[in-house]
Amino acid sequence: MSDTIAETPTVMIPDQKDRIARRLGRRHAAEKRFRIYGIVAIGFALAMLAFLLTTIVWNGYSAFFKTYVQIEIHLKKDEIAPGGRIDRAVLAKADYQTLLRESLIEKYKPEGRRARRRLTGLVSIGAGEYIRDFVLANPSVVGTTQSIWVPASADIDQLVKGGIDRNLPETSRRIKNDQLAILTRWEKEGRVETRFNTGFFTQGDSREPEQAGIWGALAGSFFTMIVTLLLAFPIGVATAVYLEEFAPKNRATDLIEVNINNLAAVPSIVFGLLGLAVFLNFFELPRSAPLVGGMVLALMTLPTIIISGRAALKAVPPSIREAAYGLGASRLQVTTHHVLPLSMPGIMTGTIIGMAQALGETAPLLMIGMVAFVVDIPGGPTDAATVMPVQIFLWADSPERAFVEKTSGGIIVLLAFLITMNALAIVLRKRFERRW
Amino acid sequence: MNYSILLLTLVALSIVGYYMGRNRARVTADGRIDRLHSLPSYYGTNVAIWVGLPAFILFAGWAALQAPIIEGLVFGSLPDQIRMTVNGDLLATAKMTAAQKTLFLNNVQNIATGDIASQAVSDDVRRAAAHYARLRGLSFMMMIGAMLIAAAIGAFFAYRAINPTMRARNTVERVVSGVMLVCSTLAVMTTVGIVLSLLFESFDFFTKVSPIEFLFGTDWSPQTAIRADQVGSSGAFGAIPVFAGTLLITVIAMIVAVPVGLYAAVYLSEYARPKVRSTVKPVMEILAGVPTVVYGFFAALTVAPFVRDAGNSIGLDVASESALAAGVVMGVMIIPFVSSLSDDVINAVPQSMRDGSYGLGATRSETIREVILPAALPGIVGAVLLAVSRAIGETMIVVMAAGLSANLTANPFEAVTTVTVQIVTNLTGDPEFDSPKTLSAFALGLVLFVVTLCLNVVALRVVQKYREKYE
Repeated sequence: MSDTIAETPTVMIPDQKDRIARRLGRRHAAEKRFRIYGIVAIGFALAMLAFLLTTIVWNGYSAFFKTYVQIEIHLKKDEIAPGGRIDRAVLAKADYQTLLRESLIEKYKPEGRRARRRLTGLVSIGAGEYIRDFVLANPSVVGTTQSIWVPASADIDQLVKGGIDRNLPETSRRIKNDQLAILTRWEKEGRVETRFNTGFFTQGDSREPEQAGIWGALAGSFFTMIVTLLLAFPIGVATAVYLEEFAPKNRATDLIEVNINNLAAVPSIVFGLLGLAVFLNFFELPRSAPLVGGMVLALMTLPTIIISGRAALKAVPPSIREAAYGLGASRLQVTTHHVLPLSMPGIMTGTIIGMAQALGETAPLLMIGMVAFVVDIPGGPTDAATVMPVQIFLWADSPERAFVEKTSGGIIVLLAFLITMNALAIVLRKRFERRW
Repeated sequence: MNYSILLLTLVALSIVGYYMGRNRARVTADGRIDRLHSLPSYYGTNVAIWVGLPAFILFAGWAALQAPIIEGLVFGSLPDQIRMTVNGDLLATAKMTAAQKTLFLNNVQNIATGDIASQAVSDDVRRAAAHYARLRGLSFMMMIGAMLIAAAIGAFFAYRAINPTMRARNTVERVVSGVMLVCSTLAVMTTVGIVLSLLFESFDFFTKVSPIEFLFGTDWSPQTAIRADQVGSSGAFGAIPVFAGTLLITVIAMIVAVPVGLYAAVYLSEYARPKVRSTVKPVMEILAGVPTVVYGFFAALTVAPFVRDAGNSIGLDVASESALAAGVVMGVMIIPFVSSLSDDVINAVPQSMRDGSYGLGATRSETIREVILPAALPGIVGAVLLAVSRAIGETMIVVMAAGLSANLTANPFEAVTTVTVQIVTNLTGDPEFDSPKTLSAFALGLVLFVVTLCLNVVALRVVQKYREKYE
């Protein structure tokens, strides 16, 4: 080595100096390029995230609003109460949808069946229920003509919110010219209004976009998550405690550990296959039920809870255990009185993150029949139900333009839940986790 | 739900047992707790365990075993010949096929639970349903009786055994650690369950379709015709196009995720200031927390039309369910996975190696390329393998944005299908467990499980080895 140094000329020839300067320039340029690649990579990831979120919000915020139109309707006494008697039972059973249709036709006198259908298609097919509620609230209106706010049909809703372009030629627009003319008239008379869509949060699924709500899926998700939590939390904590505090170091314990690590990386759809083959075919549990969905998701969430639980237990310093042993506590007492309470924040954080994953999971639930079209709100863990992500999947599959808005709206609700859960996990970690 | 009320009753009984046991322990010690071997609460817990545990085990066993026993009794009580429907043919009970038995049983169960059966059923079925309902009721009453007796016996002996010298704590602790041991074997049982159920159904499939045809055939059209004279009535189960489609989409995803994830990790761990790092990293993690169904919607609604229009505008023929759109979105989903795993690996490279490189006059990028990345390579390979296994198993994005028809192509602008898509489409709806179409999903699931398991085992081993090297 020293020989080579000695041989190096101390004075540089100008040509060599140049070459070194050029090479240094190239190296620094390469350095800069490398750095830019990194920034571009991060920029790409963040841009995709921003693009994703803005698309969803852009498409979905209008799902929280709904268009209502004020219709003049003649509440004909002989049609509502043909017997002449007016009481709640009679009023509740009358066909208000037909009444509404007749009122519209009488007023605008469309020619031909198609024009009639276009006219009556301006209002939602669920509008009758609004009129019924109005009549039930004040029975004295029967026989008079009233102006009642009813929801517009999905197409009109889309048009008013700007989802359909009014300036398109009639042939490529779902709303025809005569419908548009009536709507413009209504708008001038102040008979069109956009209100907050409470129905989206209180109704179940429907084939009509303007009547479809997310409450049924929310209830399904709730029952599923309850089952998942009740199974995965105690079993996961017990496993973590056993492996960390009690298990002897032997091959059986190693096998369990390797197993848990591998389960964490098994594709979620395989858990769905397990649920189908074991829970549905072998144990003959009901299809489409939150009970089975919760069981499958519990098996999927277990590794997450166990791994984070073990990390939390490991973080408790041995001095705590030794002090407790020194005072004569048994192994179980040391664990349940000291180690477990101290590691609870960490375990809870892991559990919440696992539950958030389970809440967003779709694929395994498709396997056990939770994709059914369920209109009723489930009342318990054995009723047929669907969950929020599956509801989003079902809506995304529907061809109507209005369901795009519903899908994005559903995604916003789901993301809101996930963000809340993750924020809760972060708060728990920040506030209660101790550094020893 | 009768079962939940029953279980809640059992819990309530256990709680009562706990308080009674604790009080009795206090009484037997004449109020002087120091005379007892264990704390009074342990005596209470002991009684509660003896009330609850045997009865619960009885319940679990009963609930698992009653269905096959009752079904056997119902079939045993049938006359020699029965009709399924009112005008149906007479069937010899002893010669019923498995499918006929399932159908018969479904009708019986539907009628017994008060649901409307799908067709007009015969008196034979009605009689069997009445018998079935009677047996169900009897079984439930017997189960309640047996559980109460078990709880009472347990309570009696545990309560009587309480005296100051009884080692209650030791018994309780043994039971608790036993329960914990059982819990921790659940993970093993899950794996065994997955393997058994996949093997079992796949075996059924391979008796109908030869494994050679499945693994090496190049024609996949699982639709089996309802009528015999329909075209393609046999269905074709050569899975090569499905595997090729999965591979194509995975490769596209990796082309997006690996460079972006790796460069992002390098920048964040080597260049970024701590403040930038601590804000950008969690924001990137959000990408990992977005549910896959959202990515699927994004791919189908936004990215796929964009790719199609962009392709058409430069004269390319792009399918609206192109592999490219699904692959790119899947790649975006996997970016945080690659970047956080490689970040860990890069941070594990000792600082002394960096310092040595800087000392020789290398620039930062030279240090990263020539020293850190080679040193971290095994870990990065492990991370990429885990990411590949993620991409292969990912379902919702491809279900929503990739195609259904199996094309054997390497063209990213065409629609391809994947293993997970085929599993979902062949199993949703009302699966019939005797058609090869349904069973093929399990065979595909088996392949998926084996491949991802191998990738995971190799990746975990590589990552672990690597970690040990530098720690």
